[in-house]
Amino acid sequence: MSPQSSANRGSPMRTLTLCAALFIAGAMNAVAHDTGEHHDEGAQRSGAGDPSITEPYVQEMWRNAEATWKVRLKQDETQASCSRFRNAPPDDVAEKILAREASTVVLPKDGQVLGKWQDGEKVAQSGRGGQFSDNADTVNGGNCYACHQMAKSELSFGTLGPSLSEYGKLRNFSAEAARDTFAKIYNPQATVACSNMPRFGAHAFLTEQQIKDVVAYLFDPDSPVNK
Amino acid sequence: MTHRVRVFSLAATLVLLVFGAAGLHAGDTEDEIQRYREMINDPMANPAFLNVDRGEALWKLARGEKNVSLETCDLGKGPGILDGAYAELPRYFADSDSVMDLEQRLLWCMTTIQALDTKEIVARKFSTPGTTSDMEDLVAYIANKSSGMTFHIPLDDVQEQNAYAVGEELFYRRGSLLDFSCATCHSADSARIRTTQLPNLTKPGKDATETMGSWPTYRVSQSQMRTMQNRLWDCYRQMRMPPPEYGSAGLTALMIYLAKQADGGTLNVPSIKR
Ligand code: HEC
Ligand code: HEC
Repeated sequence: MSPQSSANRGSPMRTLTLCAALFIAGAMNAVAHDTGEHHDEGAQRSGAGDPSITEPYVQEMWRNAEATWKVRLKQDETQASCSRFRNAPPDDVAEKILAREASTVVLPKDGQVLGKWQDGEKVAQSGRGGQFSDNADTVNGGNCYACHQMAKSELSFGTLGPSLSEYGKLRNFSAEAARDTFAKIYNPQATVACSNMPRFGAHAFLTEQQIKDVVAYLFDPDSPVNK
Repeated sequence: MTHRVRVFSLAATLVLLVFGAAGLHAGDTEDEIQRYREMINDPMANPAFLNVDRGEALWKLARGEKNVSLETCDLGKGPGILDGAYAELPRYFADSDSVMDLEQRLLWCMTTIQALDTKEIVARKFSTPGTTSDMEDLVAYIANKSSGMTFHIPLDDVQEQNAYAVGEELFYRRGSLLDFSCATCHSADSARIRTTQLPNLTKPGKDATETMGSWPTYRVSQSQMRTMQNRLWDCYRQMRMPPPEYGSAGLTALMIYLAKQADGGTLNVPSIKR
């Protein structure tokens, strides 16, 4: 389970307001479906959130978005489940997520998971790409430093994820660990259901080469991460 | 127009202070941040008081097809009553039969009271170095009339309760290319992105009250006064979502959820920050 799971699931406010929500959604001329119509996992469990109440609002909030952007409004099954369970899915739901996400992981055909650590450092530093303020030709970055400590020389690092300092060194630079790490970056939810880390490979946000380069940044003995 | 003279030199000092802090280690940065938080309390040091002055003039300006001012606009406390109004928004309005935040409400008043075409005003919803924003100016003026007061969000109307529930769900809604929700970045205590402290907005407490009590704010990094509509627009940008519609019901729902977490907290606005 993700370390950032939890949240006030059982708060009295929720019980009170959900009934109200179903009642009122009609008032904005949109349909709030009853829980029986959900497709995603665990729809009828008590205690879980009810994301369907948001969908009419989501449509209204982005009613003027361009068609090419509107595709981003649609959640995939995993996003819907993690929203519903606020990143703390019950075991059976978590198992389905893990199986589904594991099936998306594509390891490099040549079996080589290590690229160039110098290029990996750029991927780890860059938070660009995919934003409505970006140019179309912006190269996406992994923004690993937003969430992880990596090279100890880089003091500007976030704490949403665990420290990755000396990551390869602590794993004896093992080829198997490097392969697992490629898979982790490709799709973190293949091993941690509802992880807060983005599914960089599964969303094709990073290329295979970029992921290889980042793995090298973590696993090359010469990389500042291992100094 | 009383504040103008002293604002500019101090703004320059702030820019140095804030950007000077950017390269420092997290601990030092917090000391710097504490220092400029204290400067917020000096209205003479905060360029957003220019917006307050402009907002006052706009509030009193007769315009629109009906050529009247906004002075009869009811922000929840009765026509024309500004003191404390912002501290109770978003709220349910019977005349529009909907929950509105300040910005939605102002647009509603412009349309219904002034018969003003708001298209051009919405096009300038966020100021740029070359253009001012009527919305930012009006929000600065009206929010300032609640400065020193405490948030009071009782949620005693069923539509407010509904909006809160929707806002809470939206807060946890994951999506787009990086699977982010608001909760990704705002559900842990003392987490950071890079060196930036992230407020935990999932519960009542200091993070929520300090955050919500400090908007609208003069953002030194943008050299503009910004409203909560702009902050949420910016967070959705980071979430790799398309730009959300200004004044939409979903944003208001998020705002009432956030404001409720800040219930009882003190407003100190317009503030000034990074
Ligand atoms: C938005 C936050 C975020 C971003 C951005 C992010 N991560 Fe993570 N990462 C996490 C979290 C949270 C975890 C712990 C949960 C998990 O294992 O999935 C994690 C776990 C990991 C782990 C497993 C650590 C272990 O336990 O062995 C690796 C390796 C990793 N991240 C690498 C990366 C790399 C490389 C990037 C950039 C390409 C990256 N992360 C970007 C949040 C993030
Ligand atoms: C990828 C990370 C990320 C996501 C996702 C995100 N935010 Fe933020 N948020 C930030 C950062 C970074 C700041 C800036 C903090 C600062 O500059 O002090 C911020 C600031 C804020 C603030 C103002 C904080 C303050 O003290 O001034 C609010 C309110 C806020 N976010 C709400 C939200 C909401 C609501 C959502 C979802 C719609 C959201 N955020 C999604 C990263 C994020």
